[in-house]
Amino acid sequence: MLKSLLVILMSSVLVNNYVLSKFLGICPFLGVSKKTDQAVGMGLSVIFVMLLATLATWPIQTFLLDPLGLGYLQTIVFILVIAALVQLLEMVLKKYIPALYQSLGVYLPLITTNCAVLGVTINNISDGYGFIESMVSSLGCGLGFLLAMWLFAGVRGRIENSNPPKPFQGVPIALISASIVSISFYGFAGIIEKLFA
Amino acid sequence: MNKTSKTSIFLKGLIKENPVLVLILGTCPTLATTTSVISAIAMGLAATAVLLCSNMVISALRNIIPDKVRIPCYIVVIAGFVSVVQMLMQAYLPDLYDMLGVYLALIVVNCIILGRAEMFARKNTVFDSALDGLGMGIGFTIALLLMATFREVLGNGTFAGISIPVLSEYNVPILTASPGGFFAFGCIIALVSAITNKPKDKIGCEGCAAAETCGGKCPSNEKKEDGVNA
Repeated sequence: MLKSLLVILMSSVLVNNYVLSKFLGICPFLGVSKKTDQAVGMGLSVIFVMLLATLATWPIQTFLLDPLGLGYLQTIVFILVIAALVQLLEMVLKKYIPALYQSLGVYLPLITTNCAVLGVTINNISDGYGFIESMVSSLGCGLGFLLAMWLFAGVRGRIENSNPPKPFQGVPIALISASIVSISFYGFAGIIEKLFA
Repeated sequence: MNKTSKTSIFLKGLIKENPVLVLILGTCPTLATTTSVISAIAMGLAATAVLLCSNMVISALRNIIPDKVRIPCYIVVIAGFVSVVQMLMQAYLPDLYDMLGVYLALIVVNCIILGRAEMFARKNTVFDSALDGLGMGIGFTIALLLMATFREVLGNGTFAGISIPVLSEYNVPILTASPGGFFAFGCIIALVSAITNKPKDKIGCEGCAAAETCGGKCPSNEKKEDGVNA
């Protein structure tokens, strides 16, 4: 049991990294990765929202949509639940933990339309995970997102000081370096099976 | 309105304001579904259908939806059409449905669609919004097709599944894998900015659905201020 959870966690952080191999959450990955502290702030908010979203959507799917045969409403229900959760979180943080709101607040509106959050909740259901497995997989995906953001912010800092050919300045060179970071993650493929075989 | 401006509404999405290549929106599906030409076209057409329908409905409801809750309303409309497309594809094109997988559901959070609702449909008539949606959708499909052609021809040596004689023996498999997606997209944007002679400094904030919520203060927009300070 513990071993299978560990496999889920490690594979969603390293092998099936949401940003670098499944291409989910690319917008914040490219947009908010200019400074390391912002990248970490965004990553932490995403982990938090992913866990919260899974906590809400898994029971909804299992105890409400499935027994009533309403599986086709999944997309609508999930996106609404996530949007409502993010709104609620923003209000709660603003009222009770203003210090945290100051640091995470800016990222919250961006998270509603972050495909990684909706993606992880849908994937948990379609992979047939139980509740604990779903939570672990969400944690793994969030950690993977944070890791990718953090690593890439470091790379990005160097790009800012470099002088690529004119057409490559800005977004294109960032994408090319993302490709190189992604190659490094590509190396993890197969490692999990070997480690826990 | 005269005829030329109608045509320009339709045409601007194709090249001048191409959502993917110029505004750099909807990057996730652009990278994820362009491993083969077939899935790219399927993704492009599915998104076009959703964009066209949601633009029309949002534009028709533009005087009814209260300003404060407009984003959730748009999301509901878009999610409704996405579910329709999902069900139709599952019933009639099950192979493509499996191929696109979760990315089909993720059309809901595609910033192109929400962006067009926010930027265009809520201020214009139903007919204009339909033209805009169609133009943007076709522009999106063209961009996906361009990416997929680049990746499939060089990465797999095939085009839409048909093997190309010489290239299939000297293919570069990494182009169809995830690093190749970033690489191909980077090269294509560089090509576009070389042609238009406009470097792409930042991700398209003007089309971002959250732009109004963050008032341009979102972290991705900070580069300009840095430039001023430095």
